[in-house]
Amino acid sequence: ADIISTVEFNYSGDLLATGDKGGRVVIFQREQESKCRPLSRGEYNVYSTFQSHEPEFDYLKSLEIEEKINKIRWLPQQNAAHFLLSTNDKTIKLWKISERDKRAEGYNLKDEDGRLRDPVRIKELRVPTLKPMDLMVEASPRRIFANAHTYHINSISVNSDYATYLSADDLRINLWHLEITNRSFNIVDIKPANMEELTEVITAAEFHPQQCNVFVYSSSKGTIRLCDMRSSALCDQHSKFFEEPEDPSSRSFFSEIISSISDVKFSHNGRYMMTRDYLSVKVWDLNMENRPVETYQVHEYLRSKLCSLYENDCIFDKFECCWNGLDSTIMTGSYNNFFRMFDRNTRRDTTLEASRESSKSRAILKPRKVCTGGKRKKDEISVDSLDFNKKILHTAWHPTENFIAVAATNNLYLFQDKVN
Amino acid sequence: MFVRGLKRKCFDGEEDIEGTLAGIKAIPSYNLQRQSLLDMSLVKLQLCHMLVEPNLCRSVLIANTVRQIQEEMTQDGTWQMINTQSTGQASLDRLVSTDILCRSSKEQAEGKHVPGYGTFNKDFEGDQGQDSSETMSTASSVQAPRNLQSNVWEMENPQENKGNFQKSLDQIFETLENKSPNSVEDLFSEVDNSYYDLDTMLTGMMSNTKMGHCDGLETFSSPTNTASNSNCKSDLNELDHIVEILVES
Repeated sequence: ADIISTVEFNYSGDLLATGDKGGRVVIFQREQESKCRPLSRGEYNVYSTFQSHEPEFDYLKSLEIEEKINKIRWLPQQNAAHFLLSTNDKTIKLWKISERDKRAEGYNLKDEDGRLRDPVRIKELRVPTLKPMDLMVEASPRRIFANAHTYHINSISVNSDYATYLSADDLRINLWHLEITNRSFNIVDIKPANMEELTEVITAAEFHPQQCNVFVYSSSKGTIRLCDMRSSALCDQHSKFFEEPEDPSSRSFFSEIISSISDVKFSHNGRYMMTRDYLSVKVWDLNMENRPVETYQVHEYLRSKLCSLYENDCIFDKFECCWNGLDSTIMTGSYNNFFRMFDRNTRRDTTLEASRESSKSRAILKPRKVCTGGKRKKDEISVDSLDFNKKILHTAWHPTENFIAVAATNNLYLFQDKVN
Repeated sequence: MFVRGLKRKCFDGEEDIEGTLAGIKAIPSYNLQRQSLLDMSLVKLQLCHMLVEPNLCRSVLIANTVRQIQEEMTQDGTWQMINTQSTGQASLDRLVSTDILCRSSKEQAEGKHVPGYGTFNKDFEGDQGQDSSETMSTASSVQAPRNLQSNVWEMENPQENKGNFQKSLDQIFETLENKSPNSVEDLFSEVDNSYYDLDTMLTGMMSNTKMGHCDGLETFSSPTNTASNSNCKSDLNELDHIVEILVES
């Protein structure tokens, strides 16, 4: 129940939220730089912990609804409080996280310990005063958006208008207004009339970071559709269709499965989008639909192991990917607690490991290498020694600085760029 | 790394094979591997039904893989090779054979593929000149509902020990015929539901030495008799669903 299922920085990067399989949300806050502890800048400490979702039971279908948090998305900060959306398979909740560091003292009608005072005994009136108290961080659910999804929610995305957001499940995408919980608009529906004809599902969806009318959704067949909400109420017709033609020489029975896109993310500048399929990460120019502009192999050495990975279900693992603030580097996870970074400008890639042994505090991470065949060099690890139970599915990059958060099963690792 | 009973070799290895002799050797092993992949996929689909609420994406991807293998096997003519008899057998037999398939035993799978695909094979023979899988799947999907309907009538042969099972099966086929959105949706969404005890069924099957018509049904009716009507319906829905996937492709 401690397995981390989602990681997300907020817009400023001061807060980092994680959701886990047990329905809990833990928020970390960046320590402020201070003169007495210069090295503490950059440390994240626990700010708030709360139970976001509880397990539910669907009596109609006799099925349990998991409390696992699938996604967390922050809202941009508009006042002193912080807001985030968290979702499990069926229900999205808007949480308000607020601080309280003062409390009122000197009430007229009750004592300091809360007992009611006898009105007869009150001889004079006083104005309650605010006294400082230890900081308390409270999380309260402000909106609950329920009963709009028949299938499992895989994505939520806040619109750039900061008033609406979308939620996507396997077959449908709904548009919500943050203030309204009893109504949502269905904007994409790919459910066939005859469910037996179902061959494709929605795997991820995201709003464009600047254009509030544009969103994309990816499918299990490796395609991405860009839709414009101005064109019609129901965006079943896409405006753009992104698909890379298949390489006939590498076709196998697993081709479709490994082409299934597990994550799609727009670049911060809104000109590109990145998709993650099982073996690679692809960067697409929004103006070019017929092929990606860049393709990065994450773990090509697994291509010959697809049969085994199909057998143990690892082939269905959904890896996420993320951009750095400048859109110059992309990051994604792999197995054996490895995660990969690709520099788009220099075309250099790095493999790093998130593990207790290699991550002593302040130690510089050593690049790792997987030996693909032939003689194994020292420090290399062979493909057969990889631990497929240690998978890094969720990573996040600070919006402006070189800080990354890497979730390795039930541990969260935070790394930063070397500080001189 | 992975300890299972199935053969480990991957299909992608076939690209490395050179020379006719090696090529000839590769063909039967490729078929064997393909068959084991098919079996594995069917087991995965069946096990899907055991979970609390299976992943729809995963189910769809596995089902597509199964469909792809079947299309290729049909194009290869492998179906024709193993087709022994395609005369009308009761669909119950097909349901039984679907379950045996899911035991991932290759022999039984190969043997029992036959009745399930008898009808489909006829389509293929009729469309010899057309290779496109699209045509085939269209033809077979048209065939599927008709096939099911004919099965309903075939099953009306009175057999005392089939009582409960028969009625439930009829109910399901009627629902299918009506093709009301809810029921069809239920086919796929009730992939999730499962009170169906695979272990009980398999144990029941295993204990029967003669896999005759009646015996198979007896073991079927034992788990279903104890369960309520709706459970029976969902169990059979899932079996039907598997048949649907297989038959329509």
